[in-house]
Amino acid sequence: MADQSTHTKAAADGAGYWTANIRIIVISLIIWALVSFGFGILLRPMISGISVGGTDLGFWFAQQGSILVFLALIFFYAWRMNKLDREYGVEED
Amino acid sequence: MDQFTINLLFVGASFALYIGIAIWARAGSTSEFYAAGRGVHPVTNGMATAADWMSAASFIGMAGLIAFTGYDNSTFLMGWTGGYVLLALLLAPYLRKFGKFTVSEFIGDRFYSPTARIVAVICLIVASTTYVIGQMTGVGVAFGRFLEISNTSGLLIGACVVFAYAVFGGMKGVTYTQVAQYVVLIMAYTIPAVFISLQLTGNPIPALGLFGETAAAGGEGSVYLLQKLDQVVTELGFASYTEAHKDNLNMVLFTLSLMIGTAGLPHVIMRFFTVPKVSDARWSAGWALVFIALLYLTAPAVGAMARLNITNLMWPNGTANEAVSVEAIQNDSEYNWMLTWQKTGLLDWEDKNGDGKIQYYNDKSDAMAEKAAANGWEGNELTKFNRDILVLANPEIASLPSWVIGLVAAGGLAAALSTAAGLLLAISSAVSHDLLKGQLTPNMSEKSELLSARIAMAVAIGVATILGLNPPGFAAQTVALAFGLAAASIFPALMMGIFSKRVNNVGAVSGMLAGLGFTLVYIFLHKGWLFIAGTNSFPDTVDGSLLGIQSTAIGAVGALINFAVAYIVSMSTADTPQDIKDLVESVRVPAGAGGAVDH
Repeated sequence: MADQSTHTKAAADGAGYWTANIRIIVISLIIWALVSFGFGILLRPMISGISVGGTDLGFWFAQQGSILVFLALIFFYAWRMNKLDREYGVEED
Repeated sequence: MDQFTINLLFVGASFALYIGIAIWARAGSTSEFYAAGRGVHPVTNGMATAADWMSAASFIGMAGLIAFTGYDNSTFLMGWTGGYVLLALLLAPYLRKFGKFTVSEFIGDRFYSPTARIVAVICLIVASTTYVIGQMTGVGVAFGRFLEISNTSGLLIGACVVFAYAVFGGMKGVTYTQVAQYVVLIMAYTIPAVFISLQLTGNPIPALGLFGETAAAGGEGSVYLLQKLDQVVTELGFASYTEAHKDNLNMVLFTLSLMIGTAGLPHVIMRFFTVPKVSDARWSAGWALVFIALLYLTAPAVGAMARLNITNLMWPNGTANEAVSVEAIQNDSEYNWMLTWQKTGLLDWEDKNGDGKIQYYNDKSDAMAEKAAANGWEGNELTKFNRDILVLANPEIASLPSWVIGLVAAGGLAAALSTAAGLLLAISSAVSHDLLKGQLTPNMSEKSELLSARIAMAVAIGVATILGLNPPGFAAQTVALAFGLAAASIFPALMMGIFSKRVNNVGAVSGMLAGLGFTLVYIFLHKGWLFIAGTNSFPDTVDGSLLGIQSTAIGAVGALINFAVAYIVSMSTADTPQDIKDLVESVRVPAGAGGAVDH
């Protein structure tokens, strides 16, 4: 399939690819936790000053806002990873 | 045409459609039976995943639970959507790259151990069967209402229909049938919500109407819907709708259980085996959530608006004046729904103080005791209101046209049937493909593999029906238990299999057993052994529970135990062999995914 030198290069790139992937995952999951467990539950009292349609921002995050952020996160990840695949040349044929 | 005939027409027409599609796309080989030949587009797959995913719990159960508690049950909304983030980021692309048919195949290969595969199959069967019990609860409610028979008879008829339906085709039949089911169920959910939102707030989008304004009491000026709701429910002694009443620990753990469970449920993960490419698996999770979000953004509006409508019907002149009279309930057309639902045994009222009125209030509230004594009330007279009837009764409560009621009937059944079929498929493939073909009788023919798959389905639905007659909770609560079990057993093993090269066969097996065992025992201690009422050792409340954590929220703790045990055991036993490290490397990069690996 590939000769020895490209094989070693692929392995080194593979490590870089995986590190980059982990970094994107960690950042995404921090946002994931912040909007749901954070704004929706634990930090709700902190942002209760901001009112939304008869209630507070935390209520909105718990019932709708977090879902919208989840959607954005998944599409961002799919887009970013497909780009990363090409940068490292590990995309499918 | 009366309502009964209209319901039958809608339900009958939608069934004819699904069965027609199932016959048209009937599964041939085993490869097609399990994974539809891997030819499914991400958007199509997303829609089918959404139908598969949104079960009786989401469609029938969830809004009812939100309606009667408000903010506290936002956990269902966040938990059942947030899991898709975990699925998309941590599992789906890698499992697709791995390129086999079932979840337990991955666990068996990655942990190079037939034992690991069998343990995974057991975890999967326990979680899926619990899930089917929740579905059967919903099926019973839906069939009971639309055939105007008791809940129990509805459940038995429903079980026969689900079985006949699931046996028909494999995943390919199921994939395209589920696209049709998604369309039916989302229309059935949103159309009445749009009508009700227009009635109450003038906004055609229910998700926005929830935060919109409605007419103030007395008809002068307007007030925010949520403020009005908070006011009327607190006037009746109930807890306010928008404030938090549950402790943070239980809310966080419950949400986390649902999220991790979502990413650990085999029938959802299996969906990601059916897309053509790894990059498609990433998009598929996003598309699934788009279609799920359409319902989940509407659900809190459905709950809040139904609660307001019910309160208004019970107190037609405002909470400060006379309650609705027994005579009005018997004769006025807007109270017809109460009479029809009474037949199912899931709704009831009783004029305890004989004043000819039905007072609906919270008789557990100290503040109301004084008011009740002054007015001669002798307890809440709306004696029974099963949470699972709310969504199905909703269009009737809002006096919507009868075709909308028929549509909701078809939608509720679509939701319950599609998920029950998906779960039965996961159970049957676990038994026939992983257990029998994979381990016990490797030489069995394709024909007997398909036969054993169908026998497994029949057994699973039989067990679920028997347990569904006395369910451990409302539909959505029972389903939440299934998520806890999946969270504690399957998800950690899958995640460690991808993200760690060090976790070995012994570690994974002990982790799964510890997670599942702990969670199952904790649930049984609070819900009764095998969910048989009265055999529980602790009351199922936050204060009475063993660790101050409700049984529905314990899955998150079980998952932590699974991770910890697997890690500690792995570190103190032999390292994983080189070929497994290579396998993990190859799963991590998309290149070379290729087509299906047939057996």
